[in-house]
Parts: sequence; C-alpha cells; structure tokens
Amino acid sequence: MLAKRIIPCLDIKNGRTVKGINFVDLRDAGDPVELAEIYSNEGADELVFLDISATEQRRKTLAHLVYQVAEKVNIPFTVGGGISSIEDVDILLQNGADKVSINSAAVKNPDLINDLVAKFGSQCIVVAIDAKQINGHWKVHLVGGKVPTELDLFEWAKEVEDRGAGEILFTSMDHDGTKDGFANTALKKLSTSLNIPIIASGGAGNKQHFVDSFTKGKADAALAASVFHFKEIGIRELKKELRQCGIPVRL
Amino acid sequence: MKIVIIDYGAGNIQSIKFAIQRLGYDAVLSSDPIEIQTADKVIFPGVGEASSAMGKLRASGLDQVVPKLKQPVLGICLGMQLMCRSSEEGNTKGLGIFDVEVVRFSNKVKVPQIGWNEISSLKSSLFRAIGENEHIYLVHSFYAPLSTETIAESEYEMRYSAALGKDNFFGTQFHPEKSSEVGARILRNFLEM
Repeated sequence: MLAKRIIPCLDIKNGRTVKGINFVDLRDAGDPVELAEIYSNEGADELVFLDISATEQRRKTLAHLVYQVAEKVNIPFTVGGGISSIEDVDILLQNGADKVSINSAAVKNPDLINDLVAKFGSQCIVVAIDAKQINGHWKVHLVGGKVPTELDLFEWAKEVEDRGAGEILFTSMDHDGTKDGFANTALKKLSTSLNIPIIASGGAGNKQHFVDSFTKGKADAALAASVFHFKEIGIRELKKELRQCGIPVRL
Repeated sequence: MKIVIIDYGAGNIQSIKFAIQRLGYDAVLSSDPIEIQTADKVIFPGVGEASSAMGKLRASGLDQVVPKLKQPVLGICLGMQLMCRSSEEGNTKGLGIFDVEVVRFSNKVKVPQIGWNEISSLKSSLFRAIGENEHIYLVHSFYAPLSTETIAESEYEMRYSAALGKDNFFGTQFHPEKSSEVGARILRNFLEM
C-alpha cells in the first residue's frame, strides 16, 4: 500500500539553513547537507528546501547546494523559492533535484505550469499554494502569505491540476506557526475534489496533528519545519505512532 | 568495471550517477553506441513523457542498440516503460524487449502515484537480500500490468509490475537511486551481477 509521507522542510538562505536548530549530533547547524542526511537517516520520506535568499548569487548558490544534497542523500527532495522560469527549473533538475515547487510565479503566469509540465513532466512539478480565510472564504496569498489575491483556493487548485501539476503543497497561513493542527477541513475538500496528491503544511504541533491531517484531512503527505528542527517530534517516533493509528507508513 | 548510463536527454541522470558513486563505483554518461556496447553494465534512465523520450532515443539511433545489448541492462522508471512493447502515453511504440503494454492508472486513484510503496513476490537476483514488502520510491502515472516477465509486484488500484526481467534485461518502475538503503542494495545487486 502507498505510504503516507512525512516531509521536513528546511529554509535556506545563501546556501545555509536558517531557523534555530537543535540537533546535538549536528556539527554545523547551518549546513543543509548534514541536516538533510540526519533527516534521511531518521526516516524522512522526502525533503523540501525552501530558498529565501534574495542575492544576485542566489541561483548559483542554490544550484551548488542542490548538487551537494543529491550527492549525499538517497531520498527524493524538492526545491522551491523564487523559481520563475524554465531555466531556473532546468538548472535545479540538472544538479539533481527531483522536483521543484513554484508558487507566486504560477499565480502571476499560470501558463508557466503548462510550460514546465511539457518540458519536464508532471512528476517533478509541485505547485505550492499559500492561502488564508477572509470572511470565511479561502483566498490565495502571495509572498509568504503577505499579499492577498482574488483567487479562490479551491478554484486555483483545480486549475493547477488541470494545467498538469503533479502535486499541490497547500499551506494554511491561518494555521502556520500556531502549532494548533493542520487546516483539515480545507485539506479534505482539496484532497477529495482533486485527483493529484496533496501535501499538508502549516500548523503541526504534536503527533496527533499529523494523525488528523491524514485521517480527517485526507492528506497524502504532511510537511513541517520547526517541530522537527527543534526535535519536539522525532520522525521515527512520529511514524511509529502513525502506524499504531492504522496509517500506512514506511518504517 | 565499466558502467554506462545512457544519455539521450531524458532523465535525472545526476541522481543515478551519485547513487552509483555512493556504492563505490563510477559511471560514465554516454550516447555513443560503441561505449554502451562495451560497458559491463548499462543503465537506461528516463523521466518525462514517453513519446518525446522515445523520439529522442530514435533520433540518436540508440533504439537499435539497446535491444541487442548482451550485458546486464537496467531500465529505470520511464526507461523500463520504453523497454516494453508499447505505452498508452502518447501512443508510443517501445523497444519491445518486454512483451508488455504500458497503460495509465484510472482516475479511481490519484494520478500520478507519488511516494513509497511496497514490493512483493520478488523473483530475481536483483532482489537478493531484500525482504518482501520493503518500501521503494515511485513517481508514475502509467504502469506495466502483471505478466510472465514480472519480477516484483506492487499494488496501486490493482497489483501491477514494480519490476520486469527477461534474460539480461531488467526494469524497475521505482527509482532505486531514491529508495534509501533498499534501493541502494538493489542497485548494488545489479552492479554485482
């Protein structure tokens, strides 16, 4: 049976991991490659690297990082952050990324999804959607949730699927950082109305939240950052708990 | 040992090269028929869409070379699918090494299948020291149905071929290079055949 996936997300700035990291066995807390290896050994199913740097060197630095990760890590990984062209994607895939995630660029130019799918295939194109509720309606937001758009989450997600994306990474800005659980109602609506996998993001605070994202939210995968970085939840113990709850996982 | 990864412009070749390096071997990328024919092991990768990948293979003339190879050949993902008789994707005629017609999953399940699934009914030395129901990583929308050439099964919508084998030819629908320790072992088994 296809397993539900647990995906740690690493924020990258200028080739280094940001956010506090709490691994005792980590020699260099800012080294994304070392952290990726640790997560992989703990049983992470995939990794996501989100690049938040804004320098002129960013493209080159990120490509170099991707190369180093691919050299060491034997599980799939996705790279996102500021990707806006076929060339951006080409460089990352050539250096060993398995998938790329696009966000704002897809909203600004939806044809980019079709172009990327035609060139590289659905299997490596993830569309990330950040959304929050305004007057009870889920609206797509840009720039890490700061800029609202008129786009309805569910309509946009359907369009993303129709344009050929292989997967959707849905982050609820209402839940992100709250440690209060994932946006299970919206997740379930997405997951049952679309026919591509949905990755849940935003709100993980304890193991039960992950259980709920799969049982109530019907997510195919769940992503989190800080609960893993600060070792509040170990990936292996989380997956054991999921299995005890009858959720198929790779252990 | 000379390991050649066939380079025909369709695949995430870098990951396979790295996976082989992690096992202590080195692989060269090549589209040169002589280099491919004289290799000890040949890896035939592939991601993307079947008809355009097959078009690239034909344009390079390698569609004539691959089926005649005598050394162990491992097709990965789309590489495995192109080794079949045909694929429903883009109505593609394949290399015909495996007598199998590749078809699409129905919309009863999410397509593509992305993630870790189990392999079972393992029937080849490719899976030496691999237990039943170990997890491997897959990303695919099309699949090879079960056949006499099936050497590993998986289940998504129905049971289907996770791997095919015939004589010196092997194909895995999953990505051994991305399937953690299990995948590394399968890759090692192939390289040490």
